[in-house]
Amino acid sequence: MDRFLDLTLNGISSGAVYAALGLSLVIIYRATRVVNFAQPALALVAVYLAYAVNKATGNYWLAFAVALGAGVVMGAVVERVLIRPVQRKSELSAIIVTLGLLLVLQALVGMIWSNEPHAFPYAFDFRGRFSTNDAFAVGLVVVTASALLLLFKVTPIGLKMRASAFRPDVARLLGVRVGLMLTLGWALAAFVGSIAGMIATAPFLYPNVLDGVFVYALTAAVIGGLDNPIGTIIGGFVLGVGLSYVSGYLGPELVTMAALAILVVVLAVRPNGLFGTTIARRV
Amino acid sequence: MLEVEGLTAAYGPVRALDDVTMSIAPGAITAVLGANGAGKTTLLRTLSGLHPAKKGRVRMDGTNITALAADRIARLGMAHVPEGGGVLTELTVEENLRLGALWRKDKRDRAKAFTEVYELFEPLAQRQRKPASTLSGGERQMLAIGRALMGRPRLLLLDEPSLGLAPMITASIMRVLDDLRAQTGLTVLLVEQNARSALSIADRGLVLSLGRVVASDEAKTLAADDQLRHAYLGF
Repeated sequence: MDRFLDLTLNGISSGAVYAALGLSLVIIYRATRVVNFAQPALALVAVYLAYAVNKATGNYWLAFAVALGAGVVMGAVVERVLIRPVQRKSELSAIIVTLGLLLVLQALVGMIWSNEPHAFPYAFDFRGRFSTNDAFAVGLVVVTASALLLLFKVTPIGLKMRASAFRPDVARLLGVRVGLMLTLGWALAAFVGSIAGMIATAPFLYPNVLDGVFVYALTAAVIGGLDNPIGTIIGGFVLGVGLSYVSGYLGPELVTMAALAILVVVLAVRPNGLFGTTIARRV
Repeated sequence: MLEVEGLTAAYGPVRALDDVTMSIAPGAITAVLGANGAGKTTLLRTLSGLHPAKKGRVRMDGTNITALAADRIARLGMAHVPEGGGVLTELTVEENLRLGALWRKDKRDRAKAFTEVYELFEPLAQRQRKPASTLSGGERQMLAIGRALMGRPRLLLLDEPSLGLAPMITASIMRVLDDLRAQTGLTVLLVEQNARSALSIADRGLVLSLGRVVASDEAKTLAADDQLRHAYLGF
């Protein structure tokens, strides 16, 4: 029973990371039908900047703020400069651009900070069962996700963003600056991505540190339905807990395979995810 | 209100609008008629900025809007209800309406606009919180027009509001347009396949064929012209 509780709590804290990174994918997918494969690289750059700031000033929270700010700026710049020019041609070219960006940024980070792992601090005490640091990570993700959902659901800007995502032409006719909404969407997504990066990275930072997390985040997003933010958050936590059981009861070497199996089963049984709405929309 | 001069638009090498010149007086209902593929929808899309003009000029109240983006033109007071209405089925009735007035600063007037639209279209008032996907075809058209009115436009472009609707519902929508014009002086540009019902409420009519204006006159005169009716209007 004790072991079960341990595994569950462990799963919840890693699930928070999958949920946050998954949410950042969903925000962009919903608005532009592009899976942003560069998302982990954007988060990675943000975390490396935080690492540099932390090293220079010794102020962890300043570094945290820099990472979030850098995420917002990078998200907006990537949309304006790289995605928008190719998006008009086809969605596929935009996806290829994000893949290219992933490789370039990872290589660049390695060139600047070397490929060797650097020690990266936790925000709070990380020792023991469901440590302060775990509580912080889970709380931060839950608060951020709730704030974002509320933003989409009740604010005018959220309404404009949803309209731009569903029917860009109609939104334009109603006076909505659709381009601005897309940029804002990418900025918000990269902001959430940076949060995920900051809580996922410790104790060591190296160019591929977020690769595994990204695969699970993508799985979470597919489980939840790529266009469903709430589904993805639930999917992230469920996946985190599920994989923690697999790791604890069956062996850690099976975790990746279990994630893949879940992905395949979900895609076979419910291609739009457990909570997806894509089919309903096409009708 | 609206001055169009030599407007030309194309899809690739195919010319959809060819040297269209027209003008709309404030407070008038103008019907745009013609067969399928005559360029009626392209005319509206080019006026509202969804489709680029190749040549020519569009002025609204003296402002040259030819090269402006669609959202800018909307904020200048031109509302375009596209074919099928363009209702966002993922949103509720109320959210759809709210969207129509978001660009306007005057918040108190927004509340007033809500009341007015709900009075104008009774069925919408009963379904405020329902997803727009649950509405019937006629109700969706009402929602689309109501949403356009939320922005208090000076010029309303309507693309086939009667498409796929029962004659009775079409008649009631036409009546609402007529009333609105009488009460608020709204200027309307109405694209219709159903020439008879459009000419019954319009002041003037414009007949397009293969992207060119082939007739432009008082609605009564057009409706009385047998040759024109047989050749272009099908009634």
